[in-house]
Amino acid sequence: MLKLENLKKSFGGVAATRDVTLDFADGSLSAIIGPNGAGKTTLFNLITGRFPIDSGRIVLAGEDISGLSRREIVRRGIGRAFQVASLFPTLTVREALAAAAQAHQRRETSMLVGFPTAAAMKHADEVMELLGLTRVAGILSRNLSHGDQKLLDIGLALALEPKVLLLDEPTAGMGPEERWRMIETVQRLWRARGMTLIFIEHDMDIVFKVAQTVRVLSYGAVLAEGTPEEVRRNPLVIEAYLGKSAHGTAEGAAA
Amino acid sequence: MTGRWRDLAWAGAGLIALLLVPVFGAPPAIRDFIMFGMAYGLLAMSLNLLIGYSGLVSFGHAMFFASGAYAFGLAMQSGKFSIPAAFALAIVFTAALALIVGAICVRLNEIYFAFLTLAFQMLFYNVILGWVSFTGGDQGLMGGIPRPKFLGIDLADRTQLYVFCCVAFIICIAILRQLVTSPFGYTLRLIRDNQERAAFLGVNVPLVKLTCFVISACVAGVGGILLTLFVSGAYPNFGFWTTSGEAIFMILLGGSNVFLGPLVGTVILRLLNDITVTYTSHTELVLGIVILILVLGLRKGPLDLIAERLENRRQAAAQAVRDAADAGAAETRKGGS
Repeated sequence: MLKLENLKKSFGGVAATRDVTLDFADGSLSAIIGPNGAGKTTLFNLITGRFPIDSGRIVLAGEDISGLSRREIVRRGIGRAFQVASLFPTLTVREALAAAAQAHQRRETSMLVGFPTAAAMKHADEVMELLGLTRVAGILSRNLSHGDQKLLDIGLALALEPKVLLLDEPTAGMGPEERWRMIETVQRLWRARGMTLIFIEHDMDIVFKVAQTVRVLSYGAVLAEGTPEEVRRNPLVIEAYLGKSAHGTAEGAAA
Repeated sequence: MTGRWRDLAWAGAGLIALLLVPVFGAPPAIRDFIMFGMAYGLLAMSLNLLIGYSGLVSFGHAMFFASGAYAFGLAMQSGKFSIPAAFALAIVFTAALALIVGAICVRLNEIYFAFLTLAFQMLFYNVILGWVSFTGGDQGLMGGIPRPKFLGIDLADRTQLYVFCCVAFIICIAILRQLVTSPFGYTLRLIRDNQERAAFLGVNVPLVKLTCFVISACVAGVGGILLTLFVSGAYPNFGFWTTSGEAIFMILLGGSNVFLGPLVGTVILRLLNDITVTYTSHTELVLGIVILILVLGLRKGPLDLIAERLENRRQAAAQAVRDAADAGAAETRKGGS
């Protein structure tokens, strides 16, 4: 579904992404892990057109999308949620989702009808239902709890019915129980929508339990990839990334 | 849907109320006050489409007020156009001007946008001042604006002019209202709140901003046309930066988060102006004090304050709904385990 071929990106003299080649199968659920500064978020920024790539190719469902604008990439089906929820503070949850849905339905510049259109409303309601946001429909985005803000951020991306959904640390800043509830929601919507889902995650328990495949980035390059089991046993990963705590994590996951 | 019928009813009621003023034999001073208020009200309301709804703080909005006034005045003085044709021509000219200025400005943010619009306004103002043979320079368009009859309407007649201005005014307000309650209006709010994210939702941010800029300019242009018809002339100060500043004051005095806020602000500003001018020559001092009190004391327009109260009540209700749902969910989790 999504293929990255020899992606390269430098900021000044610093190579943030060096020759990344990855293939995400249609309908797969993959995790990207790596130490801080490994280039995980940069990779998302390159895929979504936030930053132009220096060289390489990004191919979505057979079509080369490298060099397209953010908007064109969104329109082709790559949705994204952010590490720090990126919301519309003065809009309620329902309004924000309806506004996102109408953008997806190419009605965002309609002037002669009233907001929200029935189609956008229906779509927003579905997304709220799927994410359990119906209970906060009338609350302004800025008044939401942290967890609900993260959910709404994902909801905004979901409203675009993406083929590929990129989640940047969906569980960031959450307590242990809330994390698991969030990741269950992510799994549920992945199954419900049958899309290709890629998430960045720091919690190894979650990664090894949930992901079908794991990609490990280090210093902007792909260090390892494979099933959680393969990655966990990869000596390179243990040495370069997991270090001493690898043993403990493996135990934790096995328990 | 019901909202739109209600808005239309309000528009109708507003029009009838305005039209009833002369029927009750109000003194000409009141009618003049309303006419000025409508012209400047359109300037402030259209500016708030940029400031309040889109987060685009323009310091140069009076440029379009003046361009509407001068284009209309010059077209009428040429004697080649009927009033409706000159009206349309002035709007087209203003739209074209806004398209050029907007295309350059909307890619900039915040202070850069503000100052570039101000710069274009000063350029426009200086063209008016400098091109004496065409615009009359600092004397303005002299010799009056001819107002030939069209379709049986005679705008040389004070009452007919009043009715014409009221209708044009209400139509413009209705258009603005439709705009801010449409999908486009909510796309503007997306851009105001978080344009980065709006782009990630597939919104063409510069294009939407430019469209908004041009529409807003056209409405300001209509305000300028009404003023030209009313004072039978056009003057460079229509397009001076102080006029843009006044429009911003009007928004501050009323409130930027309520649709009619700028209109209320227009009435307050013009009242303050008219009252203080009778007693003192230090009008600006009084205005300055009032604005300081509003900005430092309330930190927002009076209507914003009321709107905020209502919003807080709605939010409390919405949060009660959430808390009830969450309590219910916790209950079932407990029951299940």
